[in-house]
Amino acid sequence: MTGGTIVRRVFLVVMGLFFLLPIAASVEFSLRGTDNTHTVSVWTGLVHQAGFADNLITSLELAGGTVVIILVLMVPTMAWVHLRLPRLRRVLESICVMPMVIPAVVLANGVLVAFSGLPQWINGTPVILALEYVILALPFTFRSLDAGMSAIPLRTMVDAAHSLGAGWLRTLLTVIVPNLRTAILSAAILSAAMVLGEFTIANLLLLNTFPVWTVQAGQQDPEVAMAASMLILIVTWILLMIMSLLGRQRRPRAPRPARRTR
Amino acid sequence: MTETVTSVQPDILGRQAGSHLRITGLRRQFGNVVALDGLDLEAGPGELVSLLGPSGCGKTTALRIVAGLEPSDAGAVEVDGTDIARTPAHKRDMGMVFQSYSLFPNLTALDNIAFGLRLRGQGKRARHDRAGDLLDLVGLGTHARQYPHQLSGGQQQRVALARALAIEPRVLLLDEPLSALDAVVRMQLRDEIRALQTRLGITTLFVTHDQDEALSMSDRVAVLNAGRLEQCAEPAEIYARPATRFVASFVGTMNRLSGVLTPENRVRVADTVLSVLPGGDHPLDGQVTVLLRPERIRVVPEASGPATVLRVSFHGAVSRVHIELEDGTGVAVDLASEQGVGLGTGQRVRLDLGTEPVMVAHPE
Repeated sequence: MTGGTIVRRVFLVVMGLFFLLPIAASVEFSLRGTDNTHTVSVWTGLVHQAGFADNLITSLELAGGTVVIILVLMVPTMAWVHLRLPRLRRVLESICVMPMVIPAVVLANGVLVAFSGLPQWINGTPVILALEYVILALPFTFRSLDAGMSAIPLRTMVDAAHSLGAGWLRTLLTVIVPNLRTAILSAAILSAAMVLGEFTIANLLLLNTFPVWTVQAGQQDPEVAMAASMLILIVTWILLMIMSLLGRQRRPRAPRPARRTR
Repeated sequence: MTETVTSVQPDILGRQAGSHLRITGLRRQFGNVVALDGLDLEAGPGELVSLLGPSGCGKTTALRIVAGLEPSDAGAVEVDGTDIARTPAHKRDMGMVFQSYSLFPNLTALDNIAFGLRLRGQGKRARHDRAGDLLDLVGLGTHARQYPHQLSGGQQQRVALARALAIEPRVLLLDEPLSALDAVVRMQLRDEIRALQTRLGITTLFVTHDQDEALSMSDRVAVLNAGRLEQCAEPAEIYARPATRFVASFVGTMNRLSGVLTPENRVRVADTVLSVLPGGDHPLDGQVTVLLRPERIRVVPEASGPATVLRVSFHGAVSRVHIELEDGTGVAVDLASEQGVGLGTGQRVRLDLGTEPVMVAHPE
């Protein structure tokens, strides 16, 4: 074993412990019973906690809604920019990564002001939160879709589909989307993971989601809060594993398009 | 690769009787760059017309405008007398094979070919039957269930050709479909494409920058330069009688020797007097440039000859002899390789220009 390998392994172990120890401690804390015993009663009783199911469903609905809205918005937009307005790609990228540098409180208030004219069923409900999350998910979605579209001969495939008789919508649904499957799934899973763990904006808007409920529950019963947090962590981790596996199963792609002559 | 195009079954042909394509005054500009500057071109029913020219001459732009994938700034594209300028690409019925591999990676070879048929509402069985027939036609009947990444480059282009033919296109558009393939596959596939096109009688526009491809495959060759048509004629005519200086220099190798026109419309070049081919743009007397193909010159070894062999390059059946005249002019001569065996660098030779009439041009 070379010196470099030893250093790498030590570094890996140290970093692993840095991330895993707090998680292990949290799990252990959630399993503590009385008199130094351990029990799974907190975990098994989690589903019976007041607000657990409602808030979890709200968060899952928000995740699903956010994913649908952002994909419907971004897939055609990015395909259009890649094909027809390539010079705007950098502009779009700048806009899409902006939420990463804007503080949550500014974003929350900005969206409230921007959408203040919308009906009450949007403004006073988690629907407004979905719109907030669409903005928050823009960086992940842009990165995933941009990488996916850059990796396939998009223009040639779209031209081929047109020449064979497919209009724009048909081309989008039968050529672009199936060949961006991995990129779309990555964007969807990253966005869903973000929504399932987002606390700040939901709390600022006084809306109840699963992370908000977790914090509230923790003020009365820290073991329950810890178990719920771990549950979200596990769900998110499973989602990321699915994404990773799908990425590995990806079929080899067609060669990159050759330089176009005029 | 062992696949070959098989003989065509009549029921595969569909309505692939050729259409008449007419392009008039086609113009396209990208910023300050004029890609097409008033292109006029016609392809008769069943004819294969090649668009030949250097990179940036506008040939691919012309093809994409015909396909509807690119708008034109001016001009008309007519198929069988109908202007299709306002018809969107997906309603033009133009089969197109692209320079880069364009098969849909998520579909098998069979489903790629059936794609256009599905859009035309054909049932699954009917479209798979036809796609299977077309796969047989391009010699890939056993590759129906393979995905594009499991096929070689040549096989992918065969499937792309079958896919373009499946929709029974009015005009087949080939955009340098062989340029990404290696030399052996390219040679094989170009013969097969030509054989298939001839059997189907489908009107075809073929874009290429490879003059061998254009000359060997086409009924007519349209040579483009800087967005303009320089000459459109049969391959032999293009080669033997290039209409412009550009065509003469772009298609094949052309020697340019100084000569003097006589009042009898003959030209004296290197102590030989030859008659001049009619036509062409040249002065009526005085200094001219005589245009001679390398294969019409013979090299005669002669100790006191006025020319010197610089080098001999071997190209298989043919060898090219590079020769320098006394005035420093370079001349290329193509000989059957067995005739070039005795020639070596520094050898003195005399050039035999034959007796056939020659083309002349303005002096350079």
